[in-house]
Amino acid sequence: MLRVISRRLVQLAVTLLALTTLVFFWLRSLPGGPVDALLGERATPQTRELLTRALGYDQPIWVQYGKFLQNVVTGNFGNSIRTGEPVTEVIGRAFPATVELAVAAIIIAIGLGVPLGYLAARHRGRVLDNATIIVTLVGISIPIFFLGYLLKDWLTQGVHVFPPSGRISTGLDNTDVTGFFVLDGLLTRELDASADALWHLVLPAVTLATIPLAIIIRITRASVLDVLDEDYIRTADAKGLRSPTIRKRHVLRNALLPVVTIIGLQTGALLAGAVLTEKVYNWGGLGTLITDSISGSRDYPVLQALILLAAVVFIVVNLVVDLSYAVIDPRVRVR
Amino acid sequence: MPLLDVRDLSVVFQRKGTRPVRAVDGVSFTVEPGQTVGLVGESGCGKSVTSLAIMGLLPRRGNKVTGEVRFDETDLLKLRPQDLRDWRGRDIGMIFQDPLSSLNPVIPLGLQVAEVLERHQGRTRKAALKQARDLLDAVGIPDPDRRLDEFPHQLSGGMRQRALIAIALACKPRLLIADEPTTALDVTIQAQILTLLKELVDDSGTALVMITHDLGVVAGLCDTVNVLYAGKVVERAYRHQLFAEPRHPYTHGLLQSVPRLDVDRGERLHQIRGSVSDNIPWSEGCAFAPRCDRVIDDCIGETVPLEPTFRGGALRCTNPVPQEVPA
Repeated sequence: MLRVISRRLVQLAVTLLALTTLVFFWLRSLPGGPVDALLGERATPQTRELLTRALGYDQPIWVQYGKFLQNVVTGNFGNSIRTGEPVTEVIGRAFPATVELAVAAIIIAIGLGVPLGYLAARHRGRVLDNATIIVTLVGISIPIFFLGYLLKDWLTQGVHVFPPSGRISTGLDNTDVTGFFVLDGLLTRELDASADALWHLVLPAVTLATIPLAIIIRITRASVLDVLDEDYIRTADAKGLRSPTIRKRHVLRNALLPVVTIIGLQTGALLAGAVLTEKVYNWGGLGTLITDSISGSRDYPVLQALILLAAVVFIVVNLVVDLSYAVIDPRVRVR
Repeated sequence: MPLLDVRDLSVVFQRKGTRPVRAVDGVSFTVEPGQTVGLVGESGCGKSVTSLAIMGLLPRRGNKVTGEVRFDETDLLKLRPQDLRDWRGRDIGMIFQDPLSSLNPVIPLGLQVAEVLERHQGRTRKAALKQARDLLDAVGIPDPDRRLDEFPHQLSGGMRQRALIAIALACKPRLLIADEPTTALDVTIQAQILTLLKELVDDSGTALVMITHDLGVVAGLCDTVNVLYAGKVVERAYRHQLFAEPRHPYTHGLLQSVPRLDVDRGERLHQIRGSVSDNIPWSEGCAFAPRCDRVIDDCIGETVPLEPTFRGGALRCTNPVPQEVPA
């Protein structure tokens, strides 16, 4: 097991190096740059040169790249061009917000997706099944920003069921412990803050969850149908086991394997979806940060760090997924 | 009084938009307590479907089962599905063809044996596992204590089939149905498994329905043999009689097709010409007629009935292989 993990960590390092290089040159090949973005069109050549030199962009690109790599290895991601703060601080502030949102979305997607997919499979060809197929098709097809504004319009404008934006009501005095507001409220026993944060979380999480939810329902349904056809289910029937035992012990565990794979792959989609969802609900997480860093200022240091972070999250989640295979399926267990 | 009395069992597969397929067509046979009965025939003759129908294991949709399956006077086909679960595993055990796919890949072997004891004998998990260990030992699995925690992929093919036998016999059922239990195994293991089955069945007095296409299996094991063709019983006889004097041309052909050691090398093996797809429907005569060497005009036109023979068997043929006149 340790060997697998260490091998994967080496793979992680190689992947990150490749990605860093790619992102570094890719960002700089885009038209425009921080200097243009900060000074605007009417800046004099003198100020432009001054700023270019101050930011170190006058040096040859491979020198810049070498410095960048050196800094990354030592954990120094530089300062944000836009605000001047250290990049780690900027990201550290936004990261918990996105994690809170993504975790809520994944909980919804798995918590609803697996049971619904299972029910659809059990009622194959009947009303519930057909309804599920149609609803999931809509769920996969509908763009996040469209659904986001739609929900926002229905549930925050006409009827004030949910707050329209933000993570917590203004004026509510919450103590920041972990940066996860719902959790903080529970830790400090400020239950009103916890409830308020949870209330703010509902719509964004539902919006972000739709696509993974639809996919998990579909995969679970297909997977359960496959397993029900397996010979070992017939053996279980031949033993005279009761249906609930067969379902819990024999069907579910085998059917979950493909679902776990999909959950890993969906993390990537979730990160992408977070950008849109956060924009719609003014969430103030990594998604908001990434859009601001591109459109406002071409904030190279922040963007580079963000993309690296996304890659690390994606790879780590997939490592966890691979390890969880071993828990579910003895055949892939390493001896 | 027979333990199992199958009367006029038919299974019709019907899917929307396709022609219904009559996989089993009025099959009747009986099994006495402790007796071993063979169901023999080539692929697609309906032998496996018969066994699944007896156990109520056919998929719920897309098929229609008619007739009676009387087990100890109870018609299993009339039981509600949840009530039939009380009989399966307890009174009737079943062994399947492919031992690897028939065992759950993610559940330890011990639990797969123990759960049937928990279910039918109300054992606790601990007691059931202890008993499972003894069962694995009894079917000849070496080092059973270690095997309890192992998974099917860690066992050899022969051991997996032994494990399936242990599961099927765990509750000491009165009837065991074995559906081609040796087909997926190599020849030496086949012999071991058959010997094991014979011992277990003889010791426990369990009746056995042996489903096979392998006449060698029949010769070593069965008291009575039912030869199936295209969903119907075409000949039934005691084992010795069947091998000594097959009456139906199909049975005769099958026996002729078995390779023999006392025949010169290079001599062509007998084969039954044509294939199952050449059959005619039973309603238009004998389904086997297009492939039969002894076909006569009377074979086609009317349904051929299954008629008892004076030796206690039965035969469905208008022009059977003649019996040798005793000297």
